[in-house]
Amino acid sequence: MTLDKDDSEAARPAAPIEFRLDAASGVPTYLQLVHQVEHALRLGYLKPGDQLPKVRDVVASLAINPNTVLKAYRELETKGLTAGRPGQGTFIEATLSQVALPELSALRRSLSGWLSTADEAGLDENGIVALFTSALRDFYERRRGSRTGGGAASGRTEGVA
Amino acid sequence: MNVVEASGLGKQYGSTWALRDCSLAIPAGHVTALVGPNGAGKTTLLQLVVGLAAPSAGGVAVLGGRWPGSPAALDGIAFVAQETPLYKNLSAADMLHLTRNLNRRFDQASAEARLAELGIPLQRKAGRLSGGQQAQLALTLALARRPRLLVLDEPVAMLDPIARHDFMATVLTAAVDDGVSVLLSSHVLVELERVADYLIVLSRGRLQMAGELDDLLASHRVLTGPAAEAGRYAERPVVHVRRAAAQAHLLVRATVDDPVPPGWEAHPVGLEELALAYLREPGAAALPGPARSRQAEPSEVTR
Repeated sequence: MTLDKDDSEAARPAAPIEFRLDAASGVPTYLQLVHQVEHALRLGYLKPGDQLPKVRDVVASLAINPNTVLKAYRELETKGLTAGRPGQGTFIEATLSQVALPELSALRRSLSGWLSTADEAGLDENGIVALFTSALRDFYERRRGSRTGGGAASGRTEGVA
Repeated sequence: MNVVEASGLGKQYGSTWALRDCSLAIPAGHVTALVGPNGAGKTTLLQLVVGLAAPSAGGVAVLGGRWPGSPAALDGIAFVAQETPLYKNLSAADMLHLTRNLNRRFDQASAEARLAELGIPLQRKAGRLSGGQQAQLALTLALARRPRLLVLDEPVAMLDPIARHDFMATVLTAAVDDGVSVLLSSHVLVELERVADYLIVLSRGRLQMAGELDDLLASHRVLTGPAAEAGRYAERPVVHVRRAAAQAHLLVRATVDDPVPPGWEAHPVGLEELALAYLREPGAAALPGPARSRQAEPSEVTR
């Protein structure tokens, strides 16, 4: 739910992302903010040079403790993802996304296609997750195996560990 | 600097002690939540802090060692009592006029700007405003005095969810903009977890727990395991036990580094679960010594 004042959005350029909170998740508030920045970086919504929402704006829109926001921003800085510029704010330094936004949406489209096929075949959500997870594990195990020069045994051990 | 520092503080009304033997120190720069059941002594403690009541025992100092009734303390502390006290027949503009003339310092421009931003009509009588608007008007009057410590007694108890959210957003924004420290009492435990970073738990007139919220949460864990073995756990102090036929939950004073007994699972604890566990065990206390010894400069506690 957004309880932002309309005029404040019109007055200044909108930040690239806006935080939300899930009270029922059990995840500490500052970690939720950290995860949302990392997620946005992975999906390409945030890129180096972008400014994170100002502490005051996050506090005003979510009604959370300012120290919580500062703690999240410190954590992101420790991870090397952001840097604070005195008097200006916190800016993205590094990226977590390996591909650009257009490629990502193309990949997402083809995955959606596969998902409807799986759904038509009768798999439910848990079944799809289980199948995908297992295929993903096999894929990386096989790739590791081929990279280490046919060391199938070592690949398997790593996979299990 | 400590915004509040109490030592052996007590208050007696007739033959009953509303608060006794309370020693604590709240460092500046925090939003402190004061929680406890009805009759625990929350309002008494707040009244002692703002100088509306005098101690029967011990002493309390505010804003770095000042006596609560002193001119410096009165100028530096703003207090909004329970149920938003306003003169219901006066307009918002008249309330501003009155408060400006009763105080040495009053930021009329910022108060008017805030009321305009909130859409509160200046000419409307306070009694005709909605509950949320009345609370915001009382808060605006308090903040216009540019306090260093803002004390709020049950500020959101009567408000609907949106009014509660907006009220707390105003309080927390003031904490960012002006660096004001906040001390507020509340029953709404769930929302405090987001708002507060310092926690004080009172029960039956006694202090049960005081400290930085992160420290308190990190020093407690919930262990879940077989009920039959619950009585044998003795590695760390057990605060509270919830026992069913087969399973038991122990709230213990332990960190992530403490060993978990075989067959048991450890979980982190939230503010609500922690406060409830302590309130159900009035004999338990978590009063980290460092909170009082950590103070940077020595400050004198006066009666």
